[in-house]
Amino acid sequence: MNTEPYILLSAILFTIGCVGVLVRRNAIVVFMCVELMLNASNLALVTFAKANGNLDGQIAAFFVMVVAAAEVVVGLAIIMTIFRTRRSASVDDASLLKY
Amino acid sequence: MIDFAKPDIEYGLLWPLLLIFAIACLGVVVEAFLPRGRRLLAQLALSLVGCVAALVGVVMVGLDLSDHGAARGSIVAEGALAVDGPTVFVWGLLLVITVCGLLLFAERRLEGGVSAFAGQAAALPGTDAERVASSKGLDHTEVYPLMMFAVAGMMIFAAANDLLTLFVGLEVLSLPLYLLSGLARRRRLLSQEAALKYFLLGAFSSGFVIYGIALVYGYAGVMDFAGINDAIANETGSRTMLLIGMGMISVGLLFKVGAVPFQSWTPDVYQGAPTQVTAFMAAATKIAAFAAMMRLFYVAFGSERWTWEPMLWVIAVLSMVIGAVMAVAQSDIKRMLAYSSITHTGFLITGLVGIHSADGLADGQITATQSVLFYLVTYGFMTVGAFAVVTLVRDAGGEATHLSRWTGLGKESPVVAGVFALFLLGFAGIPLTAGFAGKWAVFASAMSAGAWPVVVIAVLTSAMAAFFYIRVIVLMYFYEPVGDGPSVTLPSFLTATAIGIGALATVVLGVVPGPLLDLAAHAGEFIR
Repeated sequence: MNTEPYILLSAILFTIGCVGVLVRRNAIVVFMCVELMLNASNLALVTFAKANGNLDGQIAAFFVMVVAAAEVVVGLAIIMTIFRTRRSASVDDASLLKY
Repeated sequence: MIDFAKPDIEYGLLWPLLLIFAIACLGVVVEAFLPRGRRLLAQLALSLVGCVAALVGVVMVGLDLSDHGAARGSIVAEGALAVDGPTVFVWGLLLVITVCGLLLFAERRLEGGVSAFAGQAAALPGTDAERVASSKGLDHTEVYPLMMFAVAGMMIFAAANDLLTLFVGLEVLSLPLYLLSGLARRRRLLSQEAALKYFLLGAFSSGFVIYGIALVYGYAGVMDFAGINDAIANETGSRTMLLIGMGMISVGLLFKVGAVPFQSWTPDVYQGAPTQVTAFMAAATKIAAFAAMMRLFYVAFGSERWTWEPMLWVIAVLSMVIGAVMAVAQSDIKRMLAYSSITHTGFLITGLVGIHSADGLADGQITATQSVLFYLVTYGFMTVGAFAVVTLVRDAGGEATHLSRWTGLGKESPVVAGVFALFLLGFAGIPLTAGFAGKWAVFASAMSAGAWPVVVIAVLTSAMAAFFYIRVIVLMYFYEPVGDGPSVTLPSFLTATAIGIGALATVVLGVVPGPLLDLAAHAGEFIR
């Protein structure tokens, strides 16, 4: 099986996520872009597991899913709190701490 | 058909780690079932007893590590974790720092009978709900289980012997810290903003780590560190993939230790988080992350040394110089200490580029592992102590962290100013403090690997750094207090003990560094 297209796709997804984190303003969207990066990594892990002929990568993908779920719990809690306080989830508005 | 065999778990070596996890889970149960009034004491007792028991366990495990070539210890849990000399050293250090952190967390006299954490994090700042929460004297006791989870994650991180365990440890230590940063009782907007920034940037960097792990796995075909090293030595696959993967994993680890150019979160989070949390995480995260970084670079990427060494040279120099330059310009004491911690990251990386195997060294020379472990001890205790002193200087609005509020502190409270001056001199690396011995160790280690340009810059930055530390001392002693002057709130014995431990370590390790250096040497190499 030719695994190259899958790796290419995962690299594209990772880049989209990465650029999204850097350019988007809304904390929720930034966070979704981070999730996209994690899922791109999952695709890469599973593809490499297939290419290498062992299961390590597939097992790792499960762990990444669990970690992503835990991150959602913590992340949404933090974003919710700051949204309720400021009535805004924009990462540009949170600018009290600088220099 | 794959036969499933029961995995071997060496409970005899891992029980300190498992105990901390059990304490954290038990803390969650306590939170759910105990009435509010009794939780604090139960949580504190549980965590303290757990930490002390785990510390005893770590000493016991350390005493009967078996010899294994140049290293001591063994690889356990089917290759996922390595319990060797450096692991045991770091576990012990982490647990002592955690005990100090617990004492700070439990302090209730400074805020007049409540802790430094939000009465009810869900109540919005400035609303009736918040006023009700504070008038009832509510308290979040969840901070103790959160801290225990973070410590367990750090212990995994320091012992991780494959890439997946490294990633899981990284997340288990980070997630509780994001939450803890946002729980301050005073200045809640700053605290929430710190949590948001720490979380978004931390999650971003862990995305890089996992993609890097995928690439290195794709290159080597295995996850465990020794296997990766073999694959590199045999040049199995595409080098591009290996180099990109290595770079991406390094980004995540360098982010965690706050090295330039991944330092931008450090000052914001250190300033915004409750000072007790800052004290704990500034010390403990750096200790765990440096242990993980050394194991990754020496064991997994040991054959690729000539690639990562120049990168670390550059990062060490950048961290030292930018940290010191920015610290000079700060007017907030917590921010200044944050930039100073970036400088110290640079010094630690200077030690890390030394030679890690005793075979490559003449007698009496110091290995990189030994120097970094020693520096982590001195840095850890000074950091906890310094941030603990910051919690004492207060005005009506809480902690007075602006430098102008520290003017004339020497007249107001000679003891507090004296202890803080001791920590600052330690950070600056003045002889007869722990900082001097630590700096000597890392410089000697870097010199033996021929990294003299880094050492020259490190010495020059030390001089520059001494300027802003001594500026604070001058401010405390040689200026008249402005207006009401700073006021020092007397802490209970809890904070006093934590500061005392920090000060004692700073003096003792400065005067007689020998025994600890020997212990760090005795820890030996990382097992492969």
